[in-house]
Amino acid sequence: MSKTTGEYLITREKNIYEVVIGLEIHAQVLSNSKLFSSSSTKFGAEPNTQVSLVDAAFPGMLPVINEYCIKQAVKTGIGLKAKINKKSIFDRKNYFYADLPQGYQISQYKHPIVGEGTVILDMPYGQREIGIERLHLEQDAGKSIHDLDPQSTFVDLNRSGVALMEIVSKPDLRSLDEVNAYVKKIRSIMRYLETCDGNMQEGSLRADVNVSVKKKGTVDLGTRCEIKNVNSIKFMQMAIDYEANRQVDLIEEGKKIDQETRLFDIKKNETRTMRSKEDAHDYRYFPDPDLLPLELKNDFIEKIKSEIPELPDEKKKRFIDKFNLSSYEANILVSDKETSSYFEKVIKNSDVKLATNWITGELFALLNEKDLEITQSPISSENLSKLINLIKNGTISGKIAKTIFELMANGDLDPQKVVEEKGLKQESDPKALESLIDKVIAENPDKVKEYKSGKEKLFGFFVGQAMKVSDGKANPKLVNDILKKKL
Amino acid sequence: MSDITSQKLTELIKNIKDKKISSEEVTKSFVEKAEKARTLNCYITEDFDSAIKKAKKFDSKPNFNLKLPGIPIAVKDLFCTDGLKTTAGSKILNNFIPTYESTVTHNLWNEGGILLGKLNCDEFAMGSSNETSFFGNVQSPIDKNLVPGGSSGGSASALASNLTPVTIGTDTGGSIRQPASFTGTVGLKPTYGSCSRYGIVAFASSLDQAGPMAKNVKDCALLHEVMSSYDLKDSTSVDFKRNNYSELLTNNIKGKKIGIPKEYRVDGMAKEIEDLWIKGIEYIKECGAEVIDISLPHTSYALPTYYIVAPAEASSNLARYDGVKYGFRSDGENLIDMYERTRSEGFGNEVKRRIMIGTYVLSSGYYDAYYLKAQKVRKLIKNDFDEAYKKVDAILTPSTPSSAFKIGEKTNDPVSMYLNDIFTVPINLAGLPGISIPAGLDIKGYPLGLQIIGKAFDEQTLLNIAYAMEEKINFKNNIKEWWIK
Repeated sequence: MSKTTGEYLITREKNIYEVVIGLEIHAQVLSNSKLFSSSSTKFGAEPNTQVSLVDAAFPGMLPVINEYCIKQAVKTGIGLKAKINKKSIFDRKNYFYADLPQGYQISQYKHPIVGEGTVILDMPYGQREIGIERLHLEQDAGKSIHDLDPQSTFVDLNRSGVALMEIVSKPDLRSLDEVNAYVKKIRSIMRYLETCDGNMQEGSLRADVNVSVKKKGTVDLGTRCEIKNVNSIKFMQMAIDYEANRQVDLIEEGKKIDQETRLFDIKKNETRTMRSKEDAHDYRYFPDPDLLPLELKNDFIEKIKSEIPELPDEKKKRFIDKFNLSSYEANILVSDKETSSYFEKVIKNSDVKLATNWITGELFALLNEKDLEITQSPISSENLSKLINLIKNGTISGKIAKTIFELMANGDLDPQKVVEEKGLKQESDPKALESLIDKVIAENPDKVKEYKSGKEKLFGFFVGQAMKVSDGKANPKLVNDILKKKL
Repeated sequence: MSDITSQKLTELIKNIKDKKISSEEVTKSFVEKAEKARTLNCYITEDFDSAIKKAKKFDSKPNFNLKLPGIPIAVKDLFCTDGLKTTAGSKILNNFIPTYESTVTHNLWNEGGILLGKLNCDEFAMGSSNETSFFGNVQSPIDKNLVPGGSSGGSASALASNLTPVTIGTDTGGSIRQPASFTGTVGLKPTYGSCSRYGIVAFASSLDQAGPMAKNVKDCALLHEVMSSYDLKDSTSVDFKRNNYSELLTNNIKGKKIGIPKEYRVDGMAKEIEDLWIKGIEYIKECGAEVIDISLPHTSYALPTYYIVAPAEASSNLARYDGVKYGFRSDGENLIDMYERTRSEGFGNEVKRRIMIGTYVLSSGYYDAYYLKAQKVRKLIKNDFDEAYKKVDAILTPSTPSSAFKIGEKTNDPVSMYLNDIFTVPINLAGLPGISIPAGLDIKGYPLGLQIIGKAFDEQTLLNIAYAMEEKINFKNNIKEWWIK
């Protein structure tokens, strides 16, 4: 794939193919209680301890909409710059399964709560605008556990009825990098809005991937296959790569691609048929008669709009305009809410340029190495800010700063105190430096001679010596100035 | 004092408040009566010991401010009752004991009512004769081997045979009004959204509505005011001003305009039904109300529309009875096999028939032609009523196209059975209140009912008209206690 054009092409002897990708992201709504019941949604509880009579579909139980989940969906819709539908309808999607107690899932079919929107991706080759088809609310099912007993399947209904937002993209994605950027962007927006924690390990973000291929330059889309329930970006990319190549091979062999639902087998790194179009479920969607159409009032929407925080695109623009950051730097800093807020805390009392460099450089390297999130950073924003100020006011050199940073990483130390305790303060007293340099000159008469006879390269040698003698604490700028005078 | 069990609810309340009788005496009387009437098969589950205990408890510390002070009441077995088996007349719930109480029954007990037990009904309220119940037929007290109507057949029989002073049923297409009509009792189907559906085993969610059944209009009004409440646990419950219907009840309906819809004069309608209707119109006039001919042009589409909408919703509502979580299970080789065995053995034929119809009309390729079309027609039917109510305050029709029929007479002819609901289903489709009051007897001495249909949320006017007519009709039910040997 080309990094400069973003083209993701599959080349065969005679033909070149483009890959067309669309995603259906299932994002668990961040809410203490479920979509239609007051049960807790907390992850990791003992099986079947967070199940109400409604979640277990007891006779005569009725769903009651959780207004907070509606608010979260609207918020997300606004974050996706999408149309908020003032009237939406909950439908029943009917199918039998042991972990679906009602025998139907309450979802939104023809009239979703959120309509078309857009998401901007910053790619190395420029901005890409990805269309959002819709966002709708639905209930999650419970969990079937097949591997605890050889004879039986166990069912855990803790997840049954938890609110999900299904965010459907248009088939606008064209490469694995774009898939990566898109998922991260959606996740970032939802985290900024606090509408989904985006935690893929816990399953609060999963996706169905639609893939088709077409000959380069043609307009009509090919037959697509849907790969169900992929739960990491890496697996999405692997699945797409396998699936696109499988489709190209079929076309090359003159065979037809069947529209079908497929599963991605992580161990074998391949997709395989789950069910063909003929076997597709007839879900018999119809409006849920237990729920009235959902009608949103203007002031409800306006109030939510007024609560929307600054989102990554706007924040990025502000960082560039106000702090003079490069687009690249700004992108990194706004990519997630916690990083940007860490950054903003650091620069409240310190130099922006230095802060940018230290966060995107040393701090990210440290977090990477220790596999930590920024919220788990061993160095607080407060202490990093102090460290930067020590550099800026000349108390320490950049080199000493790196040493202190390493010490700080093992216990969030106050850099001011480290400097004092370890005596790492930069030596900037001209008199002290002069005597130090006099000593260096006195000890190296031969080199002085050579230097004076025109070997100017030796200047660096004297600087090095002065730094060495001072244990690295000498102020390099002053050392330079004094040396120039003395030599 | 007359026999306790033949007293009206309001009489019983007065006698209890005047301390002429105790709740225990009343409860024991109804229990004894029921024990002698098991031939009628009204009860699925008796809760008599517990009822007597509750009555004693009431008597030990009576609260006469309650609206139903120590009054024993048996209810249709479609209402979930905390700690007492609730079957919906089905094998699939034969062993189901809820841990919760329906809002409607909760309201009764909250006002001092005492649960006597659970009354027989058609399986999942699907039927017009109580013959689809897993727990067997209910006999009408009117005559041996006569159906009491359905689906609230056990309720109607128990009421007419004095096993309970009042009772509650549910009405999806006529399940309160038709059995009331067959047994010479009063049955009200309130406006959709008036009584909470929380804790009632669902048949067709957009049509189901609980309502009171009583021996006269005043009792019916009182029971209704106790049952009806706005309930946040039911999203279709409506927050409107509810009256103390019984206190505001008046027989003064002078100047009220009553519509007579020509479309209800169906082909082949029995002459006695037509005569009853004409008699009803005369009574209306005698009460000083004005009679106006109206048209409800889409009436003939109501029954087919109902038999698409109701089964569609039922097919989905009944999906939860799958053997996984509660109720009957028949083990199988695998999950699908278990589902198939459980549902084949657990549901009766009528329920299966409706699940299949419902599944069919919602299937892709048929949805638009059936379900969607039916929803459009439903809207037209509602519009008919909206138009009519610009001119009239209420509408008078017969309750049923015939009097009660014999057990087994229609079991092999579902369509003829469905036709029983021809006058009642339009009201459910339109979400309106309707009441059936006894208005006469046919040549066999079987009761016939008249239906009054009201404006949405105007149960008061409806009850007032019924009250005024009741006085004029002065109906006497002709019940010999043939089941007592």
